[in-house]
Amino acid sequence: MVNLKIDGKTIQVEDGITILQAAEQQEIKIPTLCYHPLMEPYAACRVCVVESISGKGSELVTSCNTLVKNGMEIQTASDKALFARRMNVEMLLAQAPAAVPVQELAKELGIEKTRFKIKDPDEKCILCGMCVRACEDIVGASAISFLQRGQHREVCTPFGEQSEACIGCTACAFFCPTGAITVEDLHGRKVIHSELDLGPSTAIRVPIRQAVPMVPFIDEEACIHFKTGECKICSDVCQKEAIDHEAQDEEIELEVGSIILASGFKSFDPSLIPAYGYGRLDNVITALEFERLVNASSPTGGKILLSNGEEPKSVGIIHCVGSRDENYNEYCSRVCCMYSLKFAHLLKEKTSADIYDFYIDMRCFGKGYEEFYHRLLHEGTKFIRGRVSEVSDMALSKEEEGKLIIRVEDTLIGVVRRIPVDMVILATGLEPGTDSNQIAKVFNISCSQDGFFLERHPKLAPVSTFSDGIFLAGTCQSPKDIPDTVAQAGAAACEALALADKGKFDLEPITAEIDEELCAGCQICVGLCPFTAITYDKEKGISEINDALCKGCGTCVSACPSGAAQQKHFRDKQIFAEIEGIFIE
Amino acid sequence: MSTEKPKVAFYWCASCGGCEEAVIDLAEDILKVTAAVDIVFWPVAMDFKKTDVEAMEDGSIAVSFINGAVRNSEQEEMVNLLRRKSGLVVAFGSCSHLGGIPGLANFWNRKTIFNSSYHTSPSTDNPEGTIPQEKHIMEDGKELTLPRFYDTVYTLDQVIDVDYYLPGCAPPKHLIMTAITAILEGKLPSKGAVLSPNKSLCDDCGRNDSKPEKLAIKAVKRPWEVEMDNEKCFLAQGIICMGPATRSGCEERCILGNMPCRGCFGPTDQVYDQGAKFLGAFASLLDSDDEEEIEKIVNTIVDPAGTFYRFSLPSSILRRKRMETVK
Amino acid sequence: MSSENFDPTLIGFLCTWCSYTGADLAGTARMTYSPNIRIIRVMCSGRVDPQFVIKAFKEGADGILISGCHPGDCHYKEGNYKALRRHRLLRKMLEQFGIEKERLRLEWVSAAEGAKFQNVCDEFTEQIKELGPLNIMKGDINEYREA
Repeated sequence: MVNLKIDGKTIQVEDGITILQAAEQQEIKIPTLCYHPLMEPYAACRVCVVESISGKGSELVTSCNTLVKNGMEIQTASDKALFARRMNVEMLLAQAPAAVPVQELAKELGIEKTRFKIKDPDEKCILCGMCVRACEDIVGASAISFLQRGQHREVCTPFGEQSEACIGCTACAFFCPTGAITVEDLHGRKVIHSELDLGPSTAIRVPIRQAVPMVPFIDEEACIHFKTGECKICSDVCQKEAIDHEAQDEEIELEVGSIILASGFKSFDPSLIPAYGYGRLDNVITALEFERLVNASSPTGGKILLSNGEEPKSVGIIHCVGSRDENYNEYCSRVCCMYSLKFAHLLKEKTSADIYDFYIDMRCFGKGYEEFYHRLLHEGTKFIRGRVSEVSDMALSKEEEGKLIIRVEDTLIGVVRRIPVDMVILATGLEPGTDSNQIAKVFNISCSQDGFFLERHPKLAPVSTFSDGIFLAGTCQSPKDIPDTVAQAGAAACEALALADKGKFDLEPITAEIDEELCAGCQICVGLCPFTAITYDKEKGISEINDALCKGCGTCVSACPSGAAQQKHFRDKQIFAEIEGIFIE
Repeated sequence: MSTEKPKVAFYWCASCGGCEEAVIDLAEDILKVTAAVDIVFWPVAMDFKKTDVEAMEDGSIAVSFINGAVRNSEQEEMVNLLRRKSGLVVAFGSCSHLGGIPGLANFWNRKTIFNSSYHTSPSTDNPEGTIPQEKHIMEDGKELTLPRFYDTVYTLDQVIDVDYYLPGCAPPKHLIMTAITAILEGKLPSKGAVLSPNKSLCDDCGRNDSKPEKLAIKAVKRPWEVEMDNEKCFLAQGIICMGPATRSGCEERCILGNMPCRGCFGPTDQVYDQGAKFLGAFASLLDSDDEEEIEKIVNTIVDPAGTFYRFSLPSSILRRKRMETVK
Repeated sequence: MSSENFDPTLIGFLCTWCSYTGADLAGTARMTYSPNIRIIRVMCSGRVDPQFVIKAFKEGADGILISGCHPGDCHYKEGNYKALRRHRLLRKMLEQFGIEKERLRLEWVSAAEGAKFQNVCDEFTEQIKELGPLNIMKGDINEYREA
């Protein structure tokens, strides 16, 4: 441990830390520009300069890269330190007059204007070199470097051209303290950590916010380490040392008695309906995007804002986008009416916007749903019955200017209306997962015409499938809301448990059997069985069926040329009787 | 002539005469038969008249062996007469059992058969277009009659009640002797039984073990199209062999002669329709899941109905080709 | 019987997993289809023995539908292919019996295709109405003799 004095306070800190870190522990703020905890200190900006007093006199040191020593006495804001800091900032202001952090720092230190010559009033770069070091030391790409010296010094790529070495990781922009570096996707080269519409994406993330287990993963496509072999900043940060860059994907084989399919749905892509302008017009968003926006953990902190950062004054919610529409999906997606009502309610709660709901008809089928609809009516949400034909930004009148105009036939009054709003929320429908057909093939189950997995019976076996031991839960079977999903999932779990609890497997009662007395061992059936349930016993000269393997299709029965094979419950005799029965007058 | 010896009758209907030969082929065994029974009616070998039979007391003939299918009015009349006079009637041979080769005429009818036989066949020389008449008045006023030729060929049991069936074209010697012995000794199975094992021919067939693990047929060959392996299962060679759908008991006469089974013994008891049953089995072996390819293989089967129903058409479910004339 | 008032009897052999369920769907969805079809359920179209078809024609069916899962979708992996092979050969053989090949129809109807089942039934009924009655004789020797 080291004993020292900072700003007159005697403290004890651990060995090996810097003065800046020691001060930070005491909540004494020393301004810095080029310091970043993830980077080796370099003392380029020299803003962090402090006075170190020893027995004989004092000296100025940069606090970011000077280690604490026993008996040290530090003054972070002494006249001498402040004088030096002001001088340094004044010089930085001359170098980068447009850099906001420098301006702010200057203001804080009482500098109104720099006395030195300003070379470029738009310059933001303070030439601290953080970007260069980030690119070289952390990323390992070395795509940028300093060029020239003295007053001609600048940060640049080789020959000022786009560097092949650049991987588009944007680490330089991330570390730049003054915002001098911005990232732009110039030549269609992929920027790895591009910003999503609603928030930044990182190479380490949790797949979804409700993920169980809530464990982040590294997206190898986006991770710098998997491109250059360097970086690994995450390992430095993670105190639990939980990050393993060597981990490999594993395929795990499990033997199970039953399987519950809960592969979910795909949200309808509204860009397929060009008239609604999704992807073309700002502030036309999908239900899922709105859900994200309104969430407390969203980039806006749960505030409902337009793309320009303002609060909307009017919002239109369009129902049945991609549902109940012969051009897209004929079926009703079941959840949209209710979530649209929820959105309307949230909008009322969080904003003072006028809210318009455009519906075909309100489907408030569940417990408490109709009551909720009535509540919304009382809250003043305007419900307009009609299918929206178009959302555009072509203003025809003054009040439409700068707005999104929803064109709709109000079928209750029989008039085509144009309603200007600030934001349009598309209540997108639910579609089967893109790979539902492949999944169905793997599990030997069927899909219904709309592409959702087909249950064994719509009323009597709504969670079972045509394959024994395969059960369905949730929207992979049909669009449904959370209560229905939970109920079905519970039922599926019970079905699976019922099988597990019994611990044994009921054989299909409808299997085939071969009469030993009649079988001549012709073996025609043997090769036909898709389940290899039939074997030829050479010694006995007959073919035999393994009851455990036989699934009871009866192919062997209709192929048995001597009639020795019969299918239980579907014997030739029985089917002949059925045929005869049809023609009894 | 001892009165204690049981009386036996033999009669032939629409048949080739092979069944009569089969009786003769019993060779010295025939002596045992004649020693044990009294043959009271056997048109092919001995001179009896219909009136002799009519004169007999009803039921006085112990057993009548009737071969051949029934295809005209005379045959129908005779088998009815014999039925009346006999205690037991045995359908002797494939034709009376199943319809046999004459039964293939059920793909035609009287008109088309007469047309072919008396007009269009290449060897016919019939400029006046004469066809057989059932009745003709001679110049001297006498009336000549011929039996009526039916549209359809029948099995014996479609005309009269039959007690037992001796299958085969013709029935083999050992089955005939077993049947006669059983009748003489009174050790008879239940009525309607086919006097041959109720298992298909593969059970006896020496080639059965040469079958591959999975029979699959890419193209169907007719016997003259290929040089046949004389040890390998015919189906494995792509040759239609009715053995799997045919009752055993023939001692593999055809197989030993390197010819596939044609099905003269008829189906086993569990099978309703030999041809359809065999078709179900055979078609499943066609080695393709592709519609066009299946069609191609099917086209290599030249005459499925004639092949699968070679001996059993009149006894099959459909019995004959659909009649053009509608009742 | 003239074809106008001819009311054909059709028999459908439907596999339990796809086509029978498809027919059930047509029913639960209240789709109306030709009432001429009588359905016999089998576990798989591969269970349809040619004997059944022949028996049904003999008993008086004017047309027969065999229906199973789409190729590749068979609950028993490949039963429908067996049905396909049998259908093709049987159809050819039935023509030798004077039974038009259109009278034996094979269709793939999935459990989701209630509407297809409806269409197939209606279309098939129309087709058989055009072909007219099959009139297979069913009776005894006298019926045949006089034909």
